[in-house]
Amino acid sequence: MSALNMERGVKAMMEQIDAPIASYFNSCVHCGLCADACLFYTETGDPKYTPIHKVEPLRRVWKQEYTFWGKLMSTLGLSRRVTDADLDAWQELVYDSCTMCGRCSAVCPVGNDIAYMVRKVREGFAVSGHATEGLAEAAIRTVNIGSPMGIKAETLKKMVASEAKASGIEIELDKPGVEYLLMLSSAEIMQFHEFIGAVAKVMDHAGATWTISTEAFEATNTGIQIGSSDIARQLVQRVVDVAEKLGVKTVISPECGHAYIAIRWDGPNLIGRPYGFQVKHIVEVLDEFRAQGRLHFDDSKEDMKLTFHDPCQMVRRGGVVEQPRRLLDLCADNFTEMPDSGVWNWCCGGGGGVSTNERAEPLRLKVFSRKKSQLDSIGVKAMVTTCSNCRNMLEEGLEEYGMDMEVLSLTELLAEHLDDSKASKGAEA
Amino acid sequence: MTDMELLNWARGPALEWATIIFVVGVLVRFLEMSLLGRKPDLSEARASAAGGGWRTVWRRSIPAPGLVKQAPVVIYAGYAFHIGLLIALLFFAPHILLFKDVFGLSWPALPFFVVDAATVIAIVALLVLLVHRLVNPVRRFLSSWVDYLVWAVTFLPLLTGYLAYHRMILPYTEMLAYHMLSVALLLVVFPFTKLMHTFTIFVSRWYNGAVSGRKGVQL
Amino acid sequence: MSKRPTVAEHLARQGVSRRAFLKFCAATASMMALPPGMAPAIAEALGQRRRPAVIWLSFQECTGCTESLTRSHSPTIESLIFDVISLDYHHTLQAAAGDAAEHHRERVQEEFAGEYLLIVDGSIPIADGGVYSTIAGMTNLQMLEESAKGAAAIVAVGSCAAFGGIPKANPNPTGAVSVADIIKDKPIINVSGCPPIPVVITGVLAHYLTFGTIPELDKLGRPTAFYGETIHDRCYRRPFYDQGKFAKSFDDAGARNGWCLYELGCKGPTTYNACATTKWNEGTSWPVESGHGCLGCSEPDFWDAGSFYKAVSMPISDLGKLGLAAAAAGAVAGVAVGLHNRHVKAGAKAAHKPLTADELEGDKS
Repeated sequence: MSALNMERGVKAMMEQIDAPIASYFNSCVHCGLCADACLFYTETGDPKYTPIHKVEPLRRVWKQEYTFWGKLMSTLGLSRRVTDADLDAWQELVYDSCTMCGRCSAVCPVGNDIAYMVRKVREGFAVSGHATEGLAEAAIRTVNIGSPMGIKAETLKKMVASEAKASGIEIELDKPGVEYLLMLSSAEIMQFHEFIGAVAKVMDHAGATWTISTEAFEATNTGIQIGSSDIARQLVQRVVDVAEKLGVKTVISPECGHAYIAIRWDGPNLIGRPYGFQVKHIVEVLDEFRAQGRLHFDDSKEDMKLTFHDPCQMVRRGGVVEQPRRLLDLCADNFTEMPDSGVWNWCCGGGGGVSTNERAEPLRLKVFSRKKSQLDSIGVKAMVTTCSNCRNMLEEGLEEYGMDMEVLSLTELLAEHLDDSKASKGAEA
Repeated sequence: MTDMELLNWARGPALEWATIIFVVGVLVRFLEMSLLGRKPDLSEARASAAGGGWRTVWRRSIPAPGLVKQAPVVIYAGYAFHIGLLIALLFFAPHILLFKDVFGLSWPALPFFVVDAATVIAIVALLVLLVHRLVNPVRRFLSSWVDYLVWAVTFLPLLTGYLAYHRMILPYTEMLAYHMLSVALLLVVFPFTKLMHTFTIFVSRWYNGAVSGRKGVQL
Repeated sequence: MSKRPTVAEHLARQGVSRRAFLKFCAATASMMALPPGMAPAIAEALGQRRRPAVIWLSFQECTGCTESLTRSHSPTIESLIFDVISLDYHHTLQAAAGDAAEHHRERVQEEFAGEYLLIVDGSIPIADGGVYSTIAGMTNLQMLEESAKGAAAIVAVGSCAAFGGIPKANPNPTGAVSVADIIKDKPIINVSGCPPIPVVITGVLAHYLTFGTIPELDKLGRPTAFYGETIHDRCYRRPFYDQGKFAKSFDDAGARNGWCLYELGCKGPTTYNACATTKWNEGTSWPVESGHGCLGCSEPDFWDAGSFYKAVSMPISDLGKLGLAAAAAGAVAGVAVGLHNRHVKAGAKAAHKPLTADELEGDKS
């Protein structure tokens, strides 16, 4: 028998079920409004994508293990245990058609946090061998190599050096005693490496000291996505160890949604203690610089009509809502909100590990029609966002639907419009 | 059994047993749920969790943006049913007497015609919701026999109450007995079904809102 | 004795004028909800009839029903009706006593077999062989069965005879039952009430005597002419109910203004009787008019319907107290179940083996 089996899966779910989950299952009235909040349902019309239905295996474990009647029924042999076949059948619902965007959680009239339950049910899937192959492989690479894309420290060093050269700003790696430790998502090292240069530029401009660690640079937490607290804890611990070793004041989560909630909100709970440092999304840091008067812009405000795509994990699930808007105001003239913006935004379709799941690609592109109709209604030339995974997904979606639109990083856009002549250069640091 | 014997049984032993099952059932369900506990959140709060919790407790009564357009039947009929039910339940003079008798608390009643209208609205809304549940793909997909049972035990007190008040179909005594028996049935079914949401809705909303509240998200 | 005089002859002998008799018949017609034109027909029918024999048996009762009848003043339709019938046996009213009385009853039963009317008040105790009430050495059960054999019809007067009444009230130590519980092969008219309204008793008798048939009955065997509607639906205070105006105590402004007594426990809504229309004591007043809610005395088991001062919408039992006890039990049970859940969860935690990348790797192969 494999080390990953159903018994372990059920036990894992039992470990995860807490008072909130029990309350959520007690409260569900099968009104189906969560379906109307979920782009996997609205764009396909298939009722199986109703969010609360996706956590049915968890509900059955709860009922059989933690309710008096459910226990009685299962003792009398009147209820079926959750089986491998069930989880096989549910795998697509739990991993392919849920980005844990939490829109259902925000809509549910009885207040059920369904995204929270999906996160928990994945624990059972992961340890019973029912995680998707793509996510399992990404998790293995992250644990063994240090990054889901298999990026090694050597590659990072090369990319950082090239960005330092391009921006003309020195970037010191593994530097102790600095204020900020910047984390990066794999995408920001490989595809969107201009982000590194942009951060360097802003830090330099604001006169802040910072570094990147070659020991723990990966921000993406595949443990959170696959649904394994054990793996997630390991990955968070790496960051915590380095941050505390270097003695930084703040760890910066890059433009990546899940990375942010993993390190900012889940991290202390995973390692079982509060951090000795703060965690901020890069946008929060930039907004603080703005508030402190450390950012100075040139007069060339972006006049292209653009909008902002709210990354679910940063906004609805992360609480960084107003900051990107305040920053856009500084560097863009023609900004238009999407319908359902802010905490009500619709997901790009690739969060929660969906982007790592090859099988889910056709579905993910199909449900991008929601984003398309959002964009069509405002007719913009560009879309700014603060999550490199969203950025990837948006670009793929736009291409699939033949839409001509730029997808920009807020940090990069901001860096472009800084007025170097007025830089703080550490004066106020 | 005469109508009066039935009514006495309904007002007596039936309601006694229903009360016992309801109270014990709800408390067991509530405690078996709450005692599962929740880990303290060690992350650094951005805002008050409790503030977010309380906010969501009331705020979630208002439909999310765009939802009315997407699911008008559920929203409108859902509101109509709940408001109608609450008015009929809490503001019908004879009901207030019952609450006074059981809890020692009373409050002013609404005129009968208002309660009457509320009851009709609740009944019609429930019928609409039943049809919607049978016809709409999502609701139909989500529904098991328990959902229809819960619908029935909720519908019966409204229907029998209305018929009794208007002296329709059956003699008043008999209909009143059926009304009370239907309430007893509702109380018995309550702890074992989604009717529990009547109480747990506040817990669920609070938990959900507290998590968002900590993060500074206003939902 | 078999050549009894007709009613008309008897009345003439008693000095009752034809005019008075017609007036009685008109009153009877109106009471039975018949058109006024029926009065001469009633007079004709009644006048031609020979005074029928009537046996009145009193079992477990309080004599309230008889009191109710005899309290009426003379000359009234109530007293007149007793001129129309020949009351051959009635404990309270007859002059004869002991063996003589019983012999007379037996003789009437024999002589008028199949013709006489049997009236019963009081319930019949059947527990322990019926020993709880006997007359002349006979249990009520025996006497009823014996007297019922030759009866043309039976009128169960009062809630005890009709439904078991107060003797049947929980826990019913004597095993009291109604006439209808024992006699299954005779037409039975239930004239319930504790006591019944006198004119209702006489009205029922008049109907039987006039038409020789059993009037239309409700499902409890009561004549619908008198028991067709509830007190509440015919109550002069009903408009106050509809307006939501209730007396909250017996001496508040609401009570003085004659508002609805629903909240003070009036059982009018569930009580079928004619009090609200016929009233009592020659139409003087009736309970609700005198300021007290209806007790529901004409309904089965009215004595077991909880406090007279609890509204019909209130539970009979003290659910508040019961609920508290249930809450205590529920809390104990809930904590036990909850602690067990925690134990189960702790077990799952203890069995936890951290997931490793190697295990994920191994699972792939």
